[in-house]
Amino acid sequence: MTHALQNLFWILIFPGFVFTVVLGLVATWIVRKVSALVQWRVGPPFFQPFYDVVKLMGKEVLIPEAAQRVVFQVAPVVGMAGALLLSTMLWRITIDPSRLFVGDIIVAVYLMVLPSLALILGSSASASPHASLGTSREMKLVMGYELSLVLALIVVLIKSSGQLSLAAIAGQTPVLSISGLLAFLVALFSVQAKLGFVPFDIAEAETELGSGVLMEYSGALLAVWKIVHAMLLVGLPLFLVTVFLGGFTGSVWAGIGKYVLVLVLLILIKNTNPRVRIDQAMKFFWSYCGLVMAIAIILAVLGNYYGLNWL
Amino acid sequence: MSWKTWSLKKSPWVFHVNVGACNNCDIEIVNLLAPKFDVERFGIKLVGSPRHADALLVTGVGTRQAAIRLREVYRQTSKPCVVFLIGACPCGTGIFSKGYHVVGPVDNIIKEVDPNAIIAYVPGCPPKPEAIISGVVKALSIL
Repeated sequence: MTHALQNLFWILIFPGFVFTVVLGLVATWIVRKVSALVQWRVGPPFFQPFYDVVKLMGKEVLIPEAAQRVVFQVAPVVGMAGALLLSTMLWRITIDPSRLFVGDIIVAVYLMVLPSLALILGSSASASPHASLGTSREMKLVMGYELSLVLALIVVLIKSSGQLSLAAIAGQTPVLSISGLLAFLVALFSVQAKLGFVPFDIAEAETELGSGVLMEYSGALLAVWKIVHAMLLVGLPLFLVTVFLGGFTGSVWAGIGKYVLVLVLLILIKNTNPRVRIDQAMKFFWSYCGLVMAIAIILAVLGNYYGLNWL
Repeated sequence: MSWKTWSLKKSPWVFHVNVGACNNCDIEIVNLLAPKFDVERFGIKLVGSPRHADALLVTGVGTRQAAIRLREVYRQTSKPCVVFLIGACPCGTGIFSKGYHVVGPVDNIIKEVDPNAIIAYVPGCPPKPEAIISGVVKALSIL
């Protein structure tokens, strides 16, 4: 009984829901504030993301007449479940590396796709032409970045000589080698696309699609999507830190520094690039990132074979 | 004051509707979001869909064609929401009052859908950005 209660506490309060949501909303504030500073503005106050979520919770929920009601309402919750499991798993491994199971990196990859799939389902159930355009773009984008992200993880697995557990992978820093650095950059671009940040915000496209995939969501359902986005803003950079930068091993402050570094890199890419078209994004991920990853995998295999760790 | 009103004042997201304006008021609205006035300081954000909006910024006289769309946009906005009429045209049709295409003023068009709609007026041709901010603050403080 106490064991079950403790598991529930982990999932709902400490490394899980409450902790991740609060941290994610703070990260959302950092994104908006740094973007404002880059654009020479003052930016929103610290509690702005909290106000936004509270306000959306109190608004009327409108559901389009032609929408598939059940899928439209369940999709945000499914997305939140995926983001919640991902961040809980990553925090548990960060806090206590002995609680691992073999192959958890593969589970993490699956959990990272879940919010995107839920977004595709929810927006295609809303029966809006703008949302359907956004859905088709989101689908193509998912196919684009998943390939390069998986290729980047293969480099990490070669470096860790085939160990599939995140705790073992967090014990090394692949980014200090040439192939690991290439893989980190490609994975950073993939995470940028997963978060829907500017060069790859093709699916939301404020200017020509309204807000694309989120067009028909309002009130509490939109608030859930905002929370999912905030949780991913914690989970995905944390995944990069764990896999490529050596995680929180060493000291906690170094780990927090690495997380902030990844977050600031994402924000700077967001603020210095214009939006690309969907065909340009596909070409970027499949042709250029694919080519770079092929070279990186060859380098990693050679480095493993000859015992050269810097390759 | 309930928590719903309190949080609405803290983060009013606005949707911009043009119902036949000369683009002058629209430029002043864009000016509000630019670095000089930066209304994101107060949590005001321009959104792309009326479903996300808490306030409609309406500019223009309200032409026959646009009135149909304005009613539809008002129905699609999730309530509670506030309607801001920016400029002389939506407040009282301005110099276009005898035009063959005018069915405004805009407050009548909105009241056809919802007689209890919350409507705030910011006159001027165009109103200065300071005047728009002042109007928004006054309207939100009496909510």
